[in-house]
Amino acid sequence: MTVLTHQQLLFLLRGFGWTIVLSLLAFAGGGVLGFVLALTRVYAARPLRTLAMLYIKLIQGTPLLILLFLTYFGLPALGLIVDPLVAAAFGLSVYVSAYLGEIWRGSLEAVPRTQEEAALCLALNWRQRLAHVILPQAVKIATPPTVGFMVQIVKNTSLASAIGFVEMVRAGQMINNATFRPFIVFVLIAALYFALCYPLSVWSRRLERQFDVAHR
Amino acid sequence: MSPIVEVEAVCKRFGTVPVLEGVSFQVQPGSVVAIIGRSGSGKSTALRCIDRLETIDAGRIRVCGHDLTAPKVDVDRLHRDVGIVFQSYNLFPHLTAEENVMLAPRLVLKLPRAEQRELAARVLSQVGLADKAQSYPSQLSGGQQQRVAIARSLAMTPQLMLFDEITSALDPELTGEVLKVIEGLARNGMSMILVTHEMAFARKVADHVIFMHRSKVWEEGPAAVLDAPRTEELRQFLGNGL
Repeated sequence: MTVLTHQQLLFLLRGFGWTIVLSLLAFAGGGVLGFVLALTRVYAARPLRTLAMLYIKLIQGTPLLILLFLTYFGLPALGLIVDPLVAAAFGLSVYVSAYLGEIWRGSLEAVPRTQEEAALCLALNWRQRLAHVILPQAVKIATPPTVGFMVQIVKNTSLASAIGFVEMVRAGQMINNATFRPFIVFVLIAALYFALCYPLSVWSRRLERQFDVAHR
Repeated sequence: MSPIVEVEAVCKRFGTVPVLEGVSFQVQPGSVVAIIGRSGSGKSTALRCIDRLETIDAGRIRVCGHDLTAPKVDVDRLHRDVGIVFQSYNLFPHLTAEENVMLAPRLVLKLPRAEQRELAARVLSQVGLADKAQSYPSQLSGGQQQRVAIARSLAMTPQLMLFDEITSALDPELTGEVLKVIEGLARNGMSMILVTHEMAFARKVADHVIFMHRSKVWEEGPAAVLDAPRTEELRQFLGNGL
């Protein structure tokens, strides 16, 4: 590590921190929007359902980089001033929502129809059926793939470097421009990503196993 | 006394396939009606129409004072008055037996916690499962699960119980324990409709038997019709069944 100064290392670690912050923001924003999308896809009237499906297809068929450019360069063109963090968090949220929406739609649909019917016959209203019968079972089904998808979110935040947000990759580029030691810098960055993502995928796999064993 | 269930000239089709063609029958309060017939004769659909799980294309259904064909029928009210038990139990797998039973009294009737527990203990012991209150459905046998499902319905103190082939997924021994619970309900004067393949049981507990064939009520009468069928189709059906 002697090749990097103390300050450069600190700069990189601050970028690492922003990577985590951006991941959390994207997960939170994408989660809220994704949940609404999933409910819309399963329970809403047909026109809304179709609209949600089109949104998901559209976003899934668009590169994340384009979404980020659209929010960072597009929104100011509409007269909105956005700083890179807001633009990155917004673009990533939109991207994440389309995927989580689909994962969660599948989880809602994986709960047998007869469960909702049984709850209906006990005079539970729609909100009660959802909160007390469908969601507890759907959450169990959704957790392993959701945690697995968080790995994708973490890695995808690196694209925010392209719109000038100083997360870990951007910080690395700047350090590399000063030191010209690409192998040291980028291997270190790869290791830090790995340190974030590997525990997540281990956790996801463990949840999956637990789910198989205690499927009830 | 007016009938608790009145089904009048009900027609229903799934796509182009007719499943009910002018079906009419009545259920008197406190009586047990058994609906028998081959698979595909429309008996389960008829039962589901009574709980408004299926809508009908023509005719009229009145259940516990609710006109199901009225445009503004209060379905929640209907489901409070009518309990239904399914062939596949449909217990909530993430809740214990007690929680399964307490869910609707808690959310719908808004009973206080202590009363919920009391109620759960009462209906679970009524079906002989007082000691299984804390078990999850996956820890119970099919017969036990089906009895919890019955207890869950009873907890709402329905005026009418519907049973949709509830022993079809059970072996003979477990069938026996479930049927015993139903016999107990019949003795207490619960109005019930059972769709069943258990002829001996229908003969024993039913006050009235309805034989459905080709989407119609083909023959009906007191349980004695099973011993002296008037139509060739019922004779054949019973003959094959034995």
